[in-house]
Amino acid sequence: MATYQLDITREHCPMTFVKTKIELAKLKAGDTLEVLLSEGEPLENVPRTSQEQGYHVLGVEPAGEKIYKVIIQK
Amino acid sequence: MDFRADQIERYSRHILLQDIGVEGQEKISNGKVLVIGAGGLGAPVLLYLAAAGVGRLGVIDGDVVDVSNLQRQVIHFTPDVGKPKVLSAKEKIEQINPDVEVVAYHEFFTADNAFDLISGYDFIVDGTDNFPVKFLINDACVLGGKPFSHGGILRFEGQTLTHLPGTACYRCAFHSPPPPNAVPTCSQAGVLGAIAGMLGTIQAAEALKFLTGTGDLLTNRLLSFQAKSMHFRTVTIRKNPHCPVCGEHPVITGLHEAEQAACELKKR
Ligand SMILES: [Zn+2]
Repeated sequence: MATYQLDITREHCPMTFVKTKIELAKLKAGDTLEVLLSEGEPLENVPRTSQEQGYHVLGVEPAGEKIYKVIIQK
Repeated sequence: MDFRADQIERYSRHILLQDIGVEGQEKISNGKVLVIGAGGLGAPVLLYLAAAGVGRLGVIDGDVVDVSNLQRQVIHFTPDVGKPKVLSAKEKIEQINPDVEVVAYHEFFTADNAFDLISGYDFIVDGTDNFPVKFLINDACVLGGKPFSHGGILRFEGQTLTHLPGTACYRCAFHSPPPPNAVPTCSQAGVLGAIAGMLGTIQAAEALKFLTGTGDLLTNRLLSFQAKSMHFRTVTIRKNPHCPVCGEHPVITGLHEAEQAACELKKR
């Protein structure tokens, strides 16, 4: 089970989730992706949409000023 | 397949869809669709499949653009009058999406070239405007084992069905072409331009659903609409055991040249 990183702190909706899906598509089932994203809209939408589309959100934790790390398992 | 950054942006609205996603867009980008006729139905089909990034789009049509086409054949522009329709269509497709490989056949779909043409494609779209060729397309696809979308429009009405190997075919529902001159073609009877878009975009959606394996295709169903009342209805059609091409004792086992279309006879 490998862990991968993705930084979408400079992206805006909907490219935040598009970039997340692109990375998730490269993973094998069980792998995890740690996504760095900004508070506000990305933090509200990326974890929620990931859940809706069948991925598991394992956790959300602060990762800097106005930055969060969302851990998503495929 | 790794998409370039510009492709990720271009196809982002497909990638966002749970039912399509990256994998579905890859299937679209690897897909090969043949569109027969670059007219009223072929125009929207080609425009949307080009925009969607279908890997290879074949387009076959022996006609040149006429000014009377411009009212509904929205892939052709006024300066294209006199140009082969396939060339006009190829130019627009390449401007919409340079990723698409366009194969233009400036000829008509006939019993002689049918099997060769369809063999290189995953899905066939009937965008023709006369019955004999519609039956020829059906027979070629049934005998050749190819999925296809049938579409027809006239006046304010449209109808469409999708065939996959093993499902009801066009002949299961409509046994054989009406006699020449019994039914007008859309160029004789007139057609509201916008219904070409209504029906063609349904056919484009079916092609994309087929390529991506999404949802339920219009198989064993005939969708028709009447745009004057804007009523849509879907009727179940069944695979007919007496169908002359896909039934238990088929009498059509090869292709025969389509009879002259009604309006071609009139022109003489
Ligand atoms: Zn049949």
